Amino acid sequence: MRWLSFRSEAARAVTLTVRNLTIARGGLPVLSGLSFLLEPGQAMILRGPNGAGKTTLLRTLAGLQPPLAGEVSGADDTIAYAGHADGLKAMLSVSENLRFWADVFGQQRLDAALDAYRLRELEHRLAGTLSAGQKRRLGLSRLLVTGRPIWMLDEPTVSLDKDAVAMFAAAVKAHLGQGGSALIATHIDLGIEAETLDVGAYKADPNALSGASDEAFL
Amino acid sequence: MKALLKRDLMLALRAGGGFGLGLAFFLIVTVLVPFSVGPDPVLLTSIAPGVLWLGALLSCLLSLDRLLALDFEDGTLDLLATAPLPLEAALSVKALAHWLTTGLPLVVAAPVLGLMLNLAPAGYGWLVASLAVGTPALSVIGCFGAALTVGVKRGGLLMSLLVLPLYVPTLIFGAEAARRGAEGLDAMTPLILLAGLTSATIALMPFASAAVLRMTLR
Repeated sequence: MRWLSFRSEAARAVTLTVRNLTIARGGLPVLSGLSFLLEPGQAMILRGPNGAGKTTLLRTLAGLQPPLAGEVSGADDTIAYAGHADGLKAMLSVSENLRFWADVFGQQRLDAALDAYRLRELEHRLAGTLSAGQKRRLGLSRLLVTGRPIWMLDEPTVSLDKDAVAMFAAAVKAHLGQGGSALIATHIDLGIEAETLDVGAYKADPNALSGASDEAFL
Repeated sequence: MKALLKRDLMLALRAGGGFGLGLAFFLIVTVLVPFSVGPDPVLLTSIAPGVLWLGALLSCLLSLDRLLALDFEDGTLDLLATAPLPLEAALSVKALAHWLTTGLPLVVAAPVLGLMLNLAPAGYGWLVASLAVGTPALSVIGCFGAALTVGVKRGGLLMSLLVLPLYVPTLIFGAEAARRGAEGLDAMTPLILLAGLTSATIALMPFASAAVLRMTLR
């Protein structure tokens, strides 16, 4: 049943629709009235100062926390999320780490992921012995074994060098070319044709929805 | 699911995985008992089933804080929560992996340690049976405790305080089955009640664990 749902996903082009979204962190609203459309083949760059709510927005869209108000459609089982942590196991090798995620997402092949981030020569190294940039490359290559159409990336280029940033940009472009889409929170210019969404414009009044504590969701 | 089980077992067996720590703790606790209560064989025979059960329970508890904390720290839990695998299934598999690496070795080692505590000959079968039936419940309940405290810094002690009371029914029926077996009484009733308890916790606890984990990941 799991792999069935996958096959259809890999081929599916999904439009993510966000309408009038209000999100909260620690019970306090951070962004409100946010609406946008992310269509297949489209990339969107999230900008905003530290603490503006970029991470919270990505986590909410990925389904890790519920929104306070508004609606999101097209996000069910379509999002591959990559946060600040890469989810790597130090005592497993590069290919074992990737194999695990490929199995969880019902995918077979690791080749594309290993090649896109030039991980071939590191394939049998334990992830714990990699440098920070290499770990990040491995973490990003995970997105390629998920087979999901929408990528949500939170500061993906942290600790990457120039070459690795180029690898990442190429991977994103290839993904967009296949009808995928990406929502990326970053501060550097990736050289990808993308719309920019400045979340600072949607800053919520922290007192507007007072009482919006976690109990509201229970 | 198979991938997750395989990964957890592999991690437990590799360096730093902590496999065997619970077993070593069980051994030491059991060895310490004759030192503390004296070498009187009659006394040891009468307390052996209870001591072995208590030792197994504490060894199980000892390894619980690693059950989810490591995956939480490196971001694996966030990624698993967005994976196609339901969180309930993922936690059941993690509890199963915990039982295979902690509970099962305890079941196998218990008769040897029973010898050191001068357990009555009739009690060996019942001891092994009661531990085999009861320890899965310890892993599943422990998984709930781990999910509840995973976001708390140094939550290990808090988790013990939360989990130990939940272990009481399992301990009562498990130790009772082992004691009655050792004294040559009918031990079937407590064993069946223990099996019922275990079945119920395996069926229900993953839902509670997944619910609290979703709350923690927010």
